[in-house]
Amino acid sequence: MANIMIRKNAEGGLVFYLPKRDIEDNITSIEFDAPEKWGGELKLANGGVYYIDPIPAPARLPISLRAKRLDGVE
Amino acid sequence: MSEELTRERAQALIEEVLEVYPEKAKKDRAKHLMVNDKAITQSKKCITSNRKSLPGVMTQRGCAYAGSKGVVWGPIKDIIDISHGPVGCGAYSRGGRRNYFAGTSGVDSFCDINFTSDFQEKDVVFGGDKKLAKLIDELEMLFPLSKGISVQSECPVGLIGDDIEAVSKKKAAEIGKTIVPVRCEGFRGVSQSLGHHIANDAVRDWILSARDEQPFEGTPYDVCILGDYNIGGDAWASRILLEEMGLRVVAQWSGDGTLTEMENTPKVKLNLLHCYRSMNYIARHMEEKYNIPWMEYNFFGPTKIKESLREIASHFDEKIQEGAERVIAKYTPIMDAVIAKYRPRLEGKKVMLYVGGLRPRHTVGAYEDLGMEVVGAGYEFAHNDDYDRTMKDMKDATLIYDDVTGYEFEEFVRQLKPDLIGSGIKEKYAFHKMAVPFRQLHSWDYSGPYHGFDGFAIFARDMDMTVNNPCWSLFKAPWQKPAAAEPEQKAA
Ligand code: SF4
Repeated sequence: MANIMIRKNAEGGLVFYLPKRDIEDNITSIEFDAPEKWGGELKLANGGVYYIDPIPAPARLPISLRAKRLDGVE
Repeated sequence: MSEELTRERAQALIEEVLEVYPEKAKKDRAKHLMVNDKAITQSKKCITSNRKSLPGVMTQRGCAYAGSKGVVWGPIKDIIDISHGPVGCGAYSRGGRRNYFAGTSGVDSFCDINFTSDFQEKDVVFGGDKKLAKLIDELEMLFPLSKGISVQSECPVGLIGDDIEAVSKKKAAEIGKTIVPVRCEGFRGVSQSLGHHIANDAVRDWILSARDEQPFEGTPYDVCILGDYNIGGDAWASRILLEEMGLRVVAQWSGDGTLTEMENTPKVKLNLLHCYRSMNYIARHMEEKYNIPWMEYNFFGPTKIKESLREIASHFDEKIQEGAERVIAKYTPIMDAVIAKYRPRLEGKKVMLYVGGLRPRHTVGAYEDLGMEVVGAGYEFAHNDDYDRTMKDMKDATLIYDDVTGYEFEEFVRQLKPDLIGSGIKEKYAFHKMAVPFRQLHSWDYSGPYHGFDGFAIFARDMDMTVNNPCWSLFKAPWQKPAAAEPEQKAA
């Protein structure tokens, strides 16, 4: 488990940031993207896959969360 | 240099340089050296950074204490930074970066004074908390106009387990001022970089939200300059441009900055981030907590400044956008004159850089404006996100070296024969002796400012002054010169 931050970039896409490992990359897909359930598996442009516990969609970004690495570069 | 630097040649050079290392060291160092390839967007795949330096090689890095006290906290002018521990560490981080400030030293400004608890053996054995409390009382008596105090831990403090937080809290209540304990012991992390992070976190935890509830007369045009340490007046040269285009600069972090400015920063509309490495942490925090967007900008060289001014303006309304165009129109003829004067003297010269923070990538534009080419660049303490950004700004086949060792750097210079090197004071005299023009780019070699349009004029002059200095041809003693040159000299 690691602390991560999810923010929006200028184009409106989601960006994943893992300070400990200096990973900053676009999120290409998010498993749940509904107002009441948001999160789950995150796929990154660099091939990494992370998991965050689903929560109600945050009112605004950025948001700091705990994430688990499932697959990909570290 | 006659030979063009190609990808193959650069790669061969890296391999040649690595040859002398023992097998294990070679494997490790190979990961820190690369030839730039613009096609790669993820630096992680080809360069390793932010790792512990190899024992036995020369490294130019500093410690976490240096990153916190020397870089981030030191320039805040109305806060007294106590170097808590033995006397030596503070002696080398006392305003040596020439962080200019407006104020009276020792009365309301304290950047260039070394305050230390001067640990002796007995403090290490019995603990230094009492001494710290006494020191704070003395400071309060001698410097009543200070706005706050920070306790910058040196190595022994962490080792003996002093409770500086408790002392700080108790004393802060007593004297009614902000006292910030900073756990930046030098042994933490692999370089000064972790010190920046710790310093940012301390500001976040002890300062940033102090005025959240207080009223503030804001304007829609409030911005903050993050990561400009006012070296030789850099932040001032940047600030006037922002103000000229109609923005209001509420705070400077941290060059010529004050505690009050920092406490007011959560009220701004946009955070402008110059040195990404040392202050991205606080920018990200403010984005999350206070919903303040942030952007990176680059105030080195007219091309980049113009780009940055327009990008900053795009976050605001038409009034600011017009302002930006007005500023650009005003300075363009002045900058053209500077380029017309110096470019012919510098055209085609090759530069190698090895600095910290943001400079290896940010100054590239300024060199290119002068027709110069950066053939090699590296950082002392960058992370991968810095290299992601660097690879975009550099030409293909540029040599990139992370935490370069003294030997590697000298070998690269011998082979690539650059016309100018920009690096730190530790490298300066080695290259002077090799008769390679050199500028100390950590604190602008006692010159500056280099930021902003005004700074570029000084930058261009300094580069010309160094590269075209007649002294570089006088390095060989007359009796070491080839015989053929002799008659000529006599004639002269
Ligand atoms: S490593 Fe420790 S002892 Fe050395 S300068 Fe840094 S804080 Fe001081």
